[in-house]
Amino acid sequence: MHAESQIREPLILGNKTYRNITDDIIAPIEGKATRLWYILFTIACITFAWGIGCLAYTIGVGIGAWGSNNGVDWAWDITNFVWWIGIGHAGTLISAVLLLFRQKWRMAINRSAEAMTIFAVCCAAIFVLLHTGRPWLDYMLFPLPNQFGSLWPNFNSPLLWDVFAVSTYFSVSVVFWYIGLVPDFAMIRDRVVNPVAKKIYSIASFGWGGNVRHWSRFEEVSLVLAGLSTPLVFSVHSIVSFDFATSIVPGWHTTIFPPYFVSGAVFSGFAMVLTLMLVVRKAYKLEAYITVKHVEYMNIVIIVTGSIVGVAYLTELFVAWYSGVEWEQYAFLNRATGPLAWSYWIMMTCNVISPQLFWFKKLRTNLVFTFILSIVVNIGMWFERFVIIVPTLCRTYLPSTWNTYTPSFIDVGIFVGTIGMFFVFFLLYSRTFPVIAQAELKSILKSSGEAQKKEAAHHSHH
Amino acid sequence: MATKQIIHGIYNDEVPLLEGCKKLRESGIRIADVFTPFPVHGIDPIVGVPRTRIAICSFIYGITGMSLATLMMWYMMIHDWPVDIGGKPNWAYYFNIPAFIPITFESTVLCAAHGMAITYFLRCWLVPGARPKNPDPRTTDDKFMIYLELNDEQSKKADEILRSTGAEEINYKGTITIEPKY
Repeated sequence: MHAESQIREPLILGNKTYRNITDDIIAPIEGKATRLWYILFTIACITFAWGIGCLAYTIGVGIGAWGSNNGVDWAWDITNFVWWIGIGHAGTLISAVLLLFRQKWRMAINRSAEAMTIFAVCCAAIFVLLHTGRPWLDYMLFPLPNQFGSLWPNFNSPLLWDVFAVSTYFSVSVVFWYIGLVPDFAMIRDRVVNPVAKKIYSIASFGWGGNVRHWSRFEEVSLVLAGLSTPLVFSVHSIVSFDFATSIVPGWHTTIFPPYFVSGAVFSGFAMVLTLMLVVRKAYKLEAYITVKHVEYMNIVIIVTGSIVGVAYLTELFVAWYSGVEWEQYAFLNRATGPLAWSYWIMMTCNVISPQLFWFKKLRTNLVFTFILSIVVNIGMWFERFVIIVPTLCRTYLPSTWNTYTPSFIDVGIFVGTIGMFFVFFLLYSRTFPVIAQAELKSILKSSGEAQKKEAAHHSHH
Repeated sequence: MATKQIIHGIYNDEVPLLEGCKKLRESGIRIADVFTPFPVHGIDPIVGVPRTRIAICSFIYGITGMSLATLMMWYMMIHDWPVDIGGKPNWAYYFNIPAFIPITFESTVLCAAHGMAITYFLRCWLVPGARPKNPDPRTTDDKFMIYLELNDEQSKKADEILRSTGAEEINYKGTITIEPKY
């Protein structure tokens, strides 16, 4: 048994036993849903339904229903796609990168963060599948044998790399998540009394038994998957940024894009994890497991990635000036002072200034403040993608193609609908899945539980 | 033909469990299996489980994925129908290799991850509808169990060791008959 330094704060508060952890994690699954849950679920379902309506309308009449036009041919669709994919990145980062760094605090949040990843990638997929205009022909994105004289997709194109990157990312994330879920489903299977639930969890747990060989393979598989997912998660957003960076549009054609996109993605993803976890810990009484210390750790990640994003914004401006390329200079002048300058300044305020407030310990350990700021960050990150895409396309090389952009009702509907879909999935998940990886959490109880740490300190004095 | 007694030694903590396993092995008793609610570190060498080779499988799947992606892109872009796209070289694979790196990488990860996951599920026989493999349902909650299949003489010794290391329950679950191997 490895004892942990007393200087480190406990990650599990109170005097918990293994049995307590089981009881606390299973409580939301065995118990009845609260009124708040039903209210939130109804709102989410209504917005989701609105989204489905707008989606069906788009498929019916074509993407002319959107605000996109001849010059601004990418607008809300790609903005929303990049935003959702970015949000997804925190889940993989928490479960993979923090596993490789042996950060124990990930265990309280990795399950829900990975669930968030999967739901966010589903939302993102809607936009890419739809923006092709004829979604029933989307199978042509894949290199399938065909009868068009054997016409293959273009492997030189970053858009095709994106197809491979996002589908690999999604499927690997699902598998990683599920492998972790199997032992926890088995715990529920062995606990629930309702025969229907028992049957369902029995099928979902794949007959898990938890013997030595299984655990030994489980740990090896988790480690190797973490090792594979780490470069994968960096590659996905790098490739998303290649969609822009390999073009010759001024303001897009920059080498800084991959690291800048990846840190932005982690920044917004952690903000979304905070938004969700602050509600989950309260609603399901998991304050002993998702502690203020966990929130503080996540806020520190937000300061780091937020500062990287801030430096990237300033570097872009500097390089535009220093390069001496007029078009590049104009692109940034237009973003900051052009007709859509308001969006640029919203982005700057939300992403560069607001995370710096977390340097104050009082603020980064204040849960209400963190909750508000986590939403501010995600508004800022949505505007970042909007600023990169729309004002840039409004002013490209040919002044005769210059125009402006207004989103249509349908654009708004699909975007709000995906937020509804995300919350429908997340709310259903939180009532049926173990929201904390309880098996892993039990393994750190001895070293990081509050009562256990106190006892260890007591023993070391004698 | 030999008759063996099935014994479940149940502990409520992993420290005495490890102690029990160690003592059993020292007195030459074979531990058939141990069921725990979470991975107990350091138990593998005590019980005598060798290190899993699943990571080697993953490496092989990864190499396979890399080769498949290379073969696919060479066939489609160079061999079957070379197209001049923005003047990019289309007459030899190695000339245009930078454009093929991202998909080669993704395919490597795809095959390594899924191949390993499938191997893991099949090797452990974790499939939808499989019967739960833990003989006592409490071992996914907060109990730790040593599972033994022993003859009468060994049973007595094991009982003593289990008791002395703090097992809170020792359950005799009947006997099984093992056919001799010829």
